[in-house]
Amino acid sequence: MSTLPIAMTVNGEPRRGQVEARKTLADFLREDCVLTGTHLGCEHGVCGACTVIVDGAAVRSCLMFAVQADGADLTTVEGLAEPGQLSPVQEAFREEHGLQCGFCTPGFVVSVHAFLAQNPTPSRDEIRDALAGNLCRCTGYQGIIRAVERAAASMAG
Amino acid sequence: MKPAPFEYHAPETVPDVVGLLAEYGDEAKPLAGGQSLVPMLALRLTRFEHLVDLNRVPALSGVERRDDTLVVGAMTRQATIERGAQAQAVPLLGLAAPLIGHVQIRNRGTLGGSVAHADPAAEMPAVALALDAELEVASPAGTRMLASADFFVGNWTTVLGDDELLTALHFPVWSGRCGFAVDEVARRHGDFALTGVACGVELDANDTVSRVVIALFGMGSTPLRARAAEEALVGRRPDADTLDEIGRLAVADLDPPEDIHASARYRSVVGAHVVTRGLTRAVQEART
Repeated sequence: MSTLPIAMTVNGEPRRGQVEARKTLADFLREDCVLTGTHLGCEHGVCGACTVIVDGAAVRSCLMFAVQADGADLTTVEGLAEPGQLSPVQEAFREEHGLQCGFCTPGFVVSVHAFLAQNPTPSRDEIRDALAGNLCRCTGYQGIIRAVERAAASMAG
Repeated sequence: MKPAPFEYHAPETVPDVVGLLAEYGDEAKPLAGGQSLVPMLALRLTRFEHLVDLNRVPALSGVERRDDTLVVGAMTRQATIERGAQAQAVPLLGLAAPLIGHVQIRNRGTLGGSVAHADPAAEMPAVALALDAELEVASPAGTRMLASADFFVGNWTTVLGDDELLTALHFPVWSGRCGFAVDEVARRHGDFALTGVACGVELDANDTVSRVVIALFGMGSTPLRARAAEEALVGRRPDADTLDEIGRLAVADLDPPEDIHASARYRSVVGAHVVTRGLTRAVQEART
């Protein structure tokens, strides 16, 4: 099977790879970049666990091929805070019990980062709408919604 | 890796795209936002020898006002339509966009991709049909314009040939005392609708309906115009009883699909209410 060369920026670092066209961006991040914080749940665009930020927009990395991200600027969950630190969103998820098993959490955290960047002072309804594309089977979502409210408040200063 | 192997093409111009489509025929598929195609590939519901990625063709994106027409490039993202000021000239686009999937889907998903994919329960094909959008289609032979009413053939099927690409959609801009609504019933927010309507109403100075369009989705193998109901409403005052009657009329001759989520009867009964509710909102907006 022939492969294609790709190059992109991931969390501020240049990354290069040689991939089959059918390899998803999620698989490239996990297998080639060894950035396994991006999780794969359904692998067909329903669960949101694989959400990453591509050129400023939150997208499902299982619904993009890695070759399509050639030249793009990506942020994954690993890039949201300095190593060993928590971002305000991550801190708020911990404080508000916004996670239990943690499998869905990277997708939520990345989605919330992109959401609060666009809407720093969201209403509860707007938060619910923004979270609708991420599935969590543990928490019942209430802690996650509180976490987004806390993160928005802490980021507002 | 879940999808079957394919050869990837990333052309940068429309002539190059349609050249590739012509060369590979039914073995090639254009890749727009990929929010329907990639899941279908991952589940191996379909496979193609060649994917022609449209994401590096700048000419396919953008929203432009030309007199009484809004021209929207086929690769314009649903999120751009949702947030952009220009698309407000055609309110149905902005009303339909938030109902499509979720924000992460709309950041990639495109208007043209949705219309060309032709899912019968999708919002944007119904919006195109409601407004009689003209569809600009390119092929190696040149460009042709298609009426939305002639575009949809059946489930996920359009009249587009193997070497043809939907490049832009031309929407008429309504003026005067008009209002619009998109309403639907879905199992969960972001799911495909069980039944839905995209409608527009124009009132004259006496509050009588001078123009109305009603397009249903989820009610057949293609989006459907409720033309008998439209004709019955023109020239009348849209009071509550009248809009109830129009809702029932809009679904009267339909044979809605039946599946695990809803029976045909359910879709008819609820569909009538959805039409009434949509028209009521459109009329309210036209009056204000």
